[in-house]
This record gives sequence, C-alpha cells and structure tokens, in this order.
Amino acid sequence: MSSETALLEEYSKREYKHGFVTDIEADALPPGLNEEVVRTISAKKNEPQWLLDWRLKAFRHWQTLQEPTWPHVHYPPIDYQSMIYYSAPKQKPLLESLDQVDPKLLETYEKLGIPIEEQKALAGVAVDAVFDSVSIATTYKKTLEDAGVIFCPFSEAVQRYPELVQKYLGSVVPAADNFFAALNSAVFSDGSFCYIPEGVRCPLELSTYFRINAQNTGQFERTLIVAEKGAYVSYLEGCTAPKRDENQLHAAVVELVAMDDAQIKYSTVQNWYPGDEDGKGGIYNFVTKRGACRGVNSKISWTQVETGSAITWKYPSVILQGDNSVGEFYSVAVTANRQQADTGTKMIHLGKNTKSTIISKGISAGFGQNSYRGLVKIQKNATNARNFSQCDSLLIGDKCGAHTFPYIEVRNTTSQVEHEASTSKVGEDQIYYCRQRGIPTEDAVNMIVNGFCKEVYQELPMEFAVEARKLLSISLEGSVG
Amino acid sequence: MLEIIDLHARAEGTEILRGINLTVKAGEVHAIMGPNGSGKSTLAHVLAGREDYEVTQGKVTYDGHDLLELDIEERAALGLFMAYQYPVEIPGISNKYFLKAAINAIRKYKEQPLIKTSEFLDLLKTNLAKLGMDKSMMERSVNEGFSGGEKKRNEVLQMAMLQPKLAVLDETDSGLDIDALKIVADGVNALRSPDRAFVVVTHYQRLLDYIVPDFVHVLAGGRIVRSGDKTLATVLEAEGYAFLEPAGTPA
Repeated sequence: MSSETALLEEYSKREYKHGFVTDIEADALPPGLNEEVVRTISAKKNEPQWLLDWRLKAFRHWQTLQEPTWPHVHYPPIDYQSMIYYSAPKQKPLLESLDQVDPKLLETYEKLGIPIEEQKALAGVAVDAVFDSVSIATTYKKTLEDAGVIFCPFSEAVQRYPELVQKYLGSVVPAADNFFAALNSAVFSDGSFCYIPEGVRCPLELSTYFRINAQNTGQFERTLIVAEKGAYVSYLEGCTAPKRDENQLHAAVVELVAMDDAQIKYSTVQNWYPGDEDGKGGIYNFVTKRGACRGVNSKISWTQVETGSAITWKYPSVILQGDNSVGEFYSVAVTANRQQADTGTKMIHLGKNTKSTIISKGISAGFGQNSYRGLVKIQKNATNARNFSQCDSLLIGDKCGAHTFPYIEVRNTTSQVEHEASTSKVGEDQIYYCRQRGIPTEDAVNMIVNGFCKEVYQELPMEFAVEARKLLSISLEGSVG
Repeated sequence: MLEIIDLHARAEGTEILRGINLTVKAGEVHAIMGPNGSGKSTLAHVLAGREDYEVTQGKVTYDGHDLLELDIEERAALGLFMAYQYPVEIPGISNKYFLKAAINAIRKYKEQPLIKTSEFLDLLKTNLAKLGMDKSMMERSVNEGFSGGEKKRNEVLQMAMLQPKLAVLDETDSGLDIDALKIVADGVNALRSPDRAFVVVTHYQRLLDYIVPDFVHVLAGGRIVRSGDKTLATVLEAEGYAFLEPAGTPA
C-alpha cells in the first residue's frame, strides 16, 4: 500500500476549519471605488474634516500609482472596481456592553475559539474583534482604562481622541507610502487603536481578531499603537476568513510608535483562507506594517506566523531612529498547495548603537513558493550599528520553491552586518529515523518542522505558540508521502 | 522470533540480497559479519523497512507477523528496533522530547495510555546513569553536534528506553574508540534477556569481544556463506575474508 496515496486522499478531505460563513444582515456599499465612496465611508464614520481630506488626498495619490510588480508572486489583475469597500453587520449604532452585540456575531467568534465574552476570556488578554469592516467588541475596557491604557476600535478613537489620532496617523506609514498603503488610507474602515501612556506597562496582552465574512469585500483595517516613554505593550493579531472561490483582498496598515525606553511586541498568527489545493480562492494579503523606534533605548519586535492567504506580501519593518534602539523580526511563513509568499522585513538604522535581528523561517510544500525579501540599511550616522540576519528555508517535496532576496546597504564603516542563509529539505533520512522509532510520517514531519521553527516560536506568547503549532500542522497535513 | 526465508532485495536496479536464510530465536544474539558491500547494512535496513530497497522475493516472519507487509512504524511499534550506523540529526527537537514522542507513539499504536511524565523521567534517569550519559544531553537537539561516541550511546539509550523485542545493531562499533565501545557494549549486554533477540551487524570482530554472540554468520555476495558459533569470528579475525569465494557485488 502506498502511504503517499493514502495521505493525499486524507488530505483532500481536510477542510480549512474557519471556512464557514455567518449569515448576518450587512450594511454594505455597492461595489466600486471613487471619491464618492471615500466620502461615504468617512460620513458613515462621522469623521472630522481633516480625516476626510487625508483620505481624499490618499485616494487621489493612489490613482496615480501602479500596483507593484516586483514581488515574486503571480496572480491575475485585480479589478478594484468590482470590489466592495465597506460592509458592516447591521446593529445598534453604539454598544454599551457585550449584551448588545448580535448573538450571531458572538457565536461566530465562539466558533473560532476567540473569547470575547469576558467571563470566558483567557486570563490576561483583552480582545478587539473586527468583523468585516468594523470593530464589534472590545473586552476588558475597564481594566485597561484604570491603567490609563486606551484600546478601542479605530473609529471610536477618531471620535474620542482625535488629537492623538491626528498626531500619529500616517506618521510611520505615510498615506502615499505604496500602492496598497495608499488604498488603505483612502478606504480604511476600522481597526484597533492603542495608546500606552508614559511609564505604563500594559496590564494585559492586547489582541485583535480580524474576520472577513462578507463576499466580494475587501478588508482594509488600520492599526495604530503608540507606546509613550517607558511604556510596554504586547499585542497579538489573528485572522481568519470563510472559504470562497473568488479571491479577496486584505490590505491593512499597521503603524507602531515607540518613544524613549518604550517597548512594543507585536505578534501575528495569520490564517486567512489560503484557497483550495488547485489555488482557487483565498485571500490576497497585501499588508504594510512598520514600526518607528523614535526614542532612545526603544524596542520593537515583530513576530509573525504566516500560514494562510493565497498570496502574502508583507514586510514588517523597523525604523531605528533613537540611539540604542532595537528592532527584531521573527518570522515563520508557510506556503503549501499553490500558496505564494513574498515576505521579509526592513531594518533601517539611523541612530547610533542601533541593533537589529532578523530570523526568518520559510517552509514550502506542495507547489508553494516562498520568498524572503529583506533590506538592512545602515545610514551614515548609525555608528556601531549591528545587524544579524538568518534566513532558513525548508522544502517539503520537490515541486515547491524557496527564494531569498537580501538587500544590504551600509553607509557607516563602524557597523557590522551578518547574514546567514540555509536551505534544507525535510530529509527522507529524518522521516525514516522517526518512523523507525515508531513515530508516523505526519507526526515526524510536524516534529521536524516545529524543530525548524523553534527560534521563532520561542518569541510568541504561550497561547499563541500553541495555536501556531496547531495551525502549522494543519497547513502541512498530507504534504509528505 | 525472526525467520528469514530466501530473501532477495535490490536497490536502484542492483540486486544486493540474493537469498538470505536466517532464523533468530528469542534470547539469541546473532552476529552478521562480512566484507564491505556484502549486503550487511542492506539486510538491517530491509528488516527495518527502509523504502529505498525493493524486496523481490522471499518471506520474513517476525513474532507471528508477515514483516514485509508492515509499515516502518508498525514494525517499530511491534518491538523491532534498529540502532543506526549513522544516527540522524533533528535540529530544534530535544532528545528528551523525541524519546517521549517515540514511547508515546508506540503506546498509542498499542492502544495503551500515554506515559506519565514522572514515570518517563525516572526511566530516563536510570538509563542515563547506566550509560554514563549526562542529563544535559537530553536538552540538546537529537544527535545535533554529538560526537560519534555520543551518537552511538544515544542509540543505545533509545533502545533501553523503548525495550524492543528484536534489536538490529548496524555497525554500532564504527567510529568508536575502545572506551566508548565498552560503554555501548555494556549497554547492550544489560539488555540481553531470554525474551529479547539481537542481530548485530559488524565488519570487525572487535565488537564481538564485548557483545559475545551465540551465532556468527558470514555474509558475502548477498548470501550467508558460512555460519558457526562465536569461534567463527575469531577465525575471521585471524584469516580475514580472503577465504571467501570471489566477493559479492559491491552495493
């Protein structure tokens, strides 16, 4: 009996576990994008004039831009006029408590295993849940408020803290930064806003769960996190979407600002629907994430586990502006079946004694294509800057691909840049060895892959590490015969 | 326990085993000797079930099962253990985790409850002490950066932990100095019991000074050309393999 055939058969029966659709009435705009749509979104959110102007400026600029073609990914042209840019579950305009959230929505998050009912919530994690275009619930508001931490839907922040939003919005990722960031700036609908005041260590892990539900809808959320002097916050982000045959666009922007001695740890477990085994459907995950270490001794860490999406295009980056600031990027990116990923980071060293670490683990299986693309830039004044990069690729099977595009620009002779790269295959010898000890093939592959990703998993908060391991094993099920 | 009848196997089109016959009973230790390329390691891997080899003829019965019908992990779960000549590295997975995963995989196959952590740790401690291994080895990745001696000792540790019925040792002595050889041999001898059998594959007689076999078989050209008791090994040591007919096809 061929165990390969058996495994493949088993695999074809596997389903993306989060692929269900919630039947809920939505308030949606018709498909298409023009100035009127931008104005309508802004009006629906009751936004101040400055924000509408900012959106319109972004929109006009976006119209002059071309979609980037340099990533190592292939997909048919996206018709931006056939997409819906705003969809929100119909509900009461203002939510005073979770009791007022549509039970269907609560059910959805329960099904996803995301606790938004506070009494059931994981101890120590505050959750903001974003459903299609709007934030539907934020937990632990009181605890956070007592600590002086602001954690709320972006649209609420615009109403309640307009001066903070205006000060930081677009200050790290300008509206005109790139094609997808400009699009997001024009039409973003919601997201999370988080502000940690001076000297405060955020008492809870903050997390946002993004869910795309509606059909033909793009999701454009924006996250802005500001850590004032000496503040600390750990932020988690998770994402899922229903199974659909057509591709859906997710173009988010995340901006982080860390002042003197502040620290932001941002972790992502990305599990958007990846499409089926023939590459039909799936999310286009075209995301701009960037953090600015503005203050001295500040630190920003990105940790990402990317298992979903048909196509991933994202480069969580750090601008190391403050002296002695630290930037970190830990990534596991998995491409199975027909998935494609072009992901990596940019570490821009401006300040003295700045330090960055890049650990990237790419795993390709099936027909998956996985590219690491990274830039380490050391500017003239960045005396004694240090970078260490390690990019490892693991191949499972012989039809997948791994690619590495490292760019290094050094303009300061006192700096030190190290780059290590490796490519390995999950060896038949390793699998044979495990099986000889009684461990079946699937478990052996999971074990080998987990070992490969260990350095990144260590950076994830505990619950997330467990989730990431589970996700990875689901993504790779049946990829080895 | 193990009965091999007229076993033929090939790899990449070349026939390597050309009719092996061998019977191993519980409690016995059989040494398989022979020149390079005679098929010793192939025999070991065919028993373990390595898929690179194709069995073209013959039958192998193990503990009442048709061995050749079983998957690699089923054979392992039924108590067949192979100590590798070249143990494989698994980066990022600790030795301890690996051992526990192996024990539990086998228990799961047998529908037994998983091992309790305390029980596992006690067992591990006892076996580490027997083999003179430091417990820090357990936190290191499986075989990664281990010296030759450490790797072989680790194989014997796994064997001690998994308590197989039939252990196949593939060139366990290769790359070991005399002290390491003694430790490994002691570990193996400690596991000898009336209900366990060993097939010891080796090129040199040296190992058999420490693991004294009940039977010695000489393999050449894919067949067992001579069998005897432990004195046969001494004859081979003195006279070499020259007495053999034209050597078999190298693998």
